[in-house]
Amino acid sequence: MNWTELPAWAALPAALLLIIGGLLTATGSLGLLRLPNFLMRMHGPSMGNTLGAGSVLIASMIISSVTAGHPVIHEILITVFIVTSAPVTAMLLMRAAIYRTRVNEERRRQQLPAEQSGQSTERSTAD
Amino acid sequence: MMRRIPPVFLVVLVIMWLLVNSTVSLGHIVLGTIVSALLLLAAAPLRPLQPTIRRGYRLFTLMAVVFVDIVRSNIGVARVILGLVGERDVRAGFVHIPLDMTDPHGLAGLSMIITATPGTIWVDLNLKEKRLTIHVLDLLDEDEWIHRIKERYERPLMEVFE
Repeated sequence: MNWTELPAWAALPAALLLIIGGLLTATGSLGLLRLPNFLMRMHGPSMGNTLGAGSVLIASMIISSVTAGHPVIHEILITVFIVTSAPVTAMLLMRAAIYRTRVNEERRRQQLPAEQSGQSTERSTAD
Repeated sequence: MMRRIPPVFLVVLVIMWLLVNSTVSLGHIVLGTIVSALLLLAAAPLRPLQPTIRRGYRLFTLMAVVFVDIVRSNIGVARVILGLVGERDVRAGFVHIPLDMTDPHGLAGLSMIITATPGTIWVDLNLKEKRLTIHVLDLLDEDEWIHRIKERYERPLMEVFE
């Protein structure tokens, strides 16, 4: 591959964008580790998904355009596909989480009275 | 019978074709148009709904608003994760938003905006009661979120799609 020397006016903003994108994605992933429950953890990675990925893609556009000598903008398509497909995953995960919470709660409700006194049938019909 | 080819989809697909090939040469425009038209004819039975777009320019102002909100909420979520919110407790929770919009294309657009903005996630949509549930990471004021979603996102989407 033929590496050309990048002019400073292209290299500097591209490097800056890459650093910003990397920091944002790292922070989002840190959130995946640090936040206390599943629903909150869902929010962390979406940082890398949007502005993190966006910064890296703009940096890629700048560098490719300068190296190729003409505008290269097909990275826009990646953004479009990420944005249009992200809701599907998010909704599926969210629904699964809510279903799990509900099932766990029902199970606990059925088990608790049984452990306490053995009147589980009365309780569950009252609910 | 000749099926109608929806013009909006045709234009979008041709633009995509040109972007993928990184060119605007006449040959690719012709080829892209033919391929897109054939694809749309083949896909027509799968997709009975067609969007009606009015005041399409509104989408561009909406995209600008969403971009600003994405940047702002990225900073907000980063502060929560890094613990830079001072002494106050961060409370996450659900917000129920009464919706007026019923058009599926508008709702799809709203779901993209809400998912793309860190700090908010689409949870559930109850079409019967016209109620949208979202989960917010840093929930300070429920009414402010309802107001924000309805005014900033739902209204422009309704103007375009309904």
